[in-house]
Amino acid sequence: MTDAITGSAGGASQAPPADPGSKDVTRPQVPRSRRRDNWRKRAEIVFFVTPALALFVLFVIVPVLTAVQMSVYRWKGFGPLEDFVGLGNYTSVLTDDDFHEALAHTMTIVVGSIILQLPLGLAVALLLNRRMRGQGLLRMIVFVPFVLSEVIAGVIWFQLLQPRYGVLDTLMGSVGLPVPEQGWLGDSDFALWTVLIVLTWKYLGLPILLFLAGMQSIPDELYESAQLDGASWWQAQRNITFPLLGPTMRTWAFLSMIGSLQQFDMVWVLTHGGPAGATSTIVTFLINEGTERYNFGIAGAASVILFVIALTMAIAYQRLFLRRDTMEAGR
Amino acid sequence: MTRRTRRPALAVAAAVALVATACAGQGDDDATDDTDANATETADGGDAAGSDEPVTIEWWHNSNNPPGRDVYEQAAEDFMTANPNVTIEISAQAHEDMVTRLEAAMQAGDMPDIFMERGGGELLAKVDAGLIRDITDDAAETIEKLGGSVAGWQVDDRTYALPFSLGVVGFWYNTDLFQQAGISEPPETLDDWVASVGALKDAGIEPVSVGAGDAWPAAHYWYYAALRQCAQDVLTEALASLDFSDECFVRAGETVQTIVEAEPFNAGFLTTVAQEGPTSASGLLATGKVAMEMQGHWEPGVMQGLTEDGTGLGEQTGWFPFPSVPDAEGDPAAVLGGGDAWAASADAPDAAVDFIEYLLSDEVQQTFAENSMGLPVNPAATQFVADPAMAELLEVRDSAPYAQLYLDTYLGQSIGGALNEAVVDMFAGQASPQDIVDALQEAVAAEQ
Repeated sequence: MTDAITGSAGGASQAPPADPGSKDVTRPQVPRSRRRDNWRKRAEIVFFVTPALALFVLFVIVPVLTAVQMSVYRWKGFGPLEDFVGLGNYTSVLTDDDFHEALAHTMTIVVGSIILQLPLGLAVALLLNRRMRGQGLLRMIVFVPFVLSEVIAGVIWFQLLQPRYGVLDTLMGSVGLPVPEQGWLGDSDFALWTVLIVLTWKYLGLPILLFLAGMQSIPDELYESAQLDGASWWQAQRNITFPLLGPTMRTWAFLSMIGSLQQFDMVWVLTHGGPAGATSTIVTFLINEGTERYNFGIAGAASVILFVIALTMAIAYQRLFLRRDTMEAGR
Repeated sequence: MTRRTRRPALAVAAAVALVATACAGQGDDDATDDTDANATETADGGDAAGSDEPVTIEWWHNSNNPPGRDVYEQAAEDFMTANPNVTIEISAQAHEDMVTRLEAAMQAGDMPDIFMERGGGELLAKVDAGLIRDITDDAAETIEKLGGSVAGWQVDDRTYALPFSLGVVGFWYNTDLFQQAGISEPPETLDDWVASVGALKDAGIEPVSVGAGDAWPAAHYWYYAALRQCAQDVLTEALASLDFSDECFVRAGETVQTIVEAEPFNAGFLTTVAQEGPTSASGLLATGKVAMEMQGHWEPGVMQGLTEDGTGLGEQTGWFPFPSVPDAEGDPAAVLGGGDAWAASADAPDAAVDFIEYLLSDEVQQTFAENSMGLPVNPAATQFVADPAMAELLEVRDSAPYAQLYLDTYLGQSIGGALNEAVVDMFAGQASPQDIVDALQEAVAAEQ
């Protein structure tokens, strides 16, 4: 897996991968036909890229620009954009307590997901990396939640977590454990943590899968020589596995961070951002402002702010953690 | 909001109407052309759309199941027979689909000729954008007949839609469970209500369900409390000027606090949804898990859809109005409600207005009532309501000194949404009565 990641990361800095065949053929030929070849290659690229690019522009770039445009108007959903308010929408989003709360919840999910999933993912990956019976089956089971649609998983958990009549409350009640009166999702003190745990259940499969793949690419010789030197199992993991998994972990954490910043589906299905805003995220905030309250300008401003936050964090992360990996891979 | 945008919006309205008409004219050359001078109204067909020019009307409604669908098909059929030049194209859709499609149609400015409209601030926004036809003069007779019911669909004394079903919010309860708890009479005052909550709890019955996860069912408590605490003129004035500084609005919050502090609600009510599934607020009432729920006139229909045998609470269904509040300035008989009306798009032909009037005629409204499709607005039809609980509700509605439209609908999504969220915060124990008024006033300020 490490190979796959470094390969894809390095690919960008290298020449386009079309050369292996053409190298031998083109080199001895005269420059003129090479030029034609280049032209042809370019035409090919244009031909194949244009449809995707057109779709990308139409469905990504244009909506993004529309959101930016909307964010400087007050617009209720119909009629022309004419009530220009400048940066007013940004001011009202940035001074809105609900937005601060949503931002704090989103960051809790970003950090919490990594803190919970990294050690858990490593532990399970280490376990599943040992030779045992039913290894393939176990690996599949661990990965199943990740494949499930987020909404379906959300609906199932919503039912499991129902106060009084839900499976969890019934189970805990039958062994005499106390449960929150309003249910796990209905109590402001527990709701966000409950959502975080459900998210961990849902997404743990990804780090496990990535880490397992990473572990498999570590040469056995390293472990053998460590064994010869008298290293214990734990020492071998600490000094060989963890350092060599570094790039995989950093890449996974990056994916996890981006995913958490956009967290919406699960929260919407489980709590709608409630109770009383206790689980709101930036995206539930902007959906609420847009499609529920028809403040499309405010929603546009919030989405631009989210974009800036995500971009800043992505670049910072790239600079601080991923740079070394990509540089190594590029070499 | 209303004051600020009205005048420029009018110009825009005219422009949009022009453009829309132009587009319509290009799009389908057969119809929509304009207005014949002599095409004035009469309810029961006859000389509607007096000219012989063929006209096509597109009509969207949400009665997509029998008997409603058939009733409407028949009504369209009858109208077309009386007016051979008119063709009515019906599109019966599931409610949620219709709402979504309507939103998109409004944003695109390509709307059906006749559609459902809930009134209040939502209507105002559309009127401001010039999307809805002013039918004040064309439907004058029917408007007069329906009387005060039309108020929720008027803007500056002009009428933009005719209500065909008007309901009120009240408590639906399970008569069996009330009996089990030893409650013989439904509560009349707030103290009685709190006492009956206690009695139900003592009998081991969860008293009230509320879908606070959807916000509006919880917010209805505050609306009603405001109706009880504020005198009618104070409330009307506050809603018109959007100034909620009167003390009675703080007292409304205190009334809600009294209710919340009695802890009457189902476990997990803060994330309970209103109507979907057996664990929703309606589902809990329909399956006998709670004794009562405050909801609109649609509740029996919703409960029927949530029980396997399709009967909802059946014969155990009872209804009582929101209790009176001691020492309050509001009229204890005032009701909170709302309804559905037929509106015509700005570029709809005159025949569309004639057809709307026909839908409000004695004849169609009677069939409407007989088939339990809603609570008819035409006074000539009210006696035909068959269901006893509905008949009781209708009596309360018609004897009420005034009916206040749901405040969130009245105030529009933005201010209404802020109010609803603040009330939910109070249900969660995180907002004081003053906080609700502050949130409301802040949302108003943001709109100015």
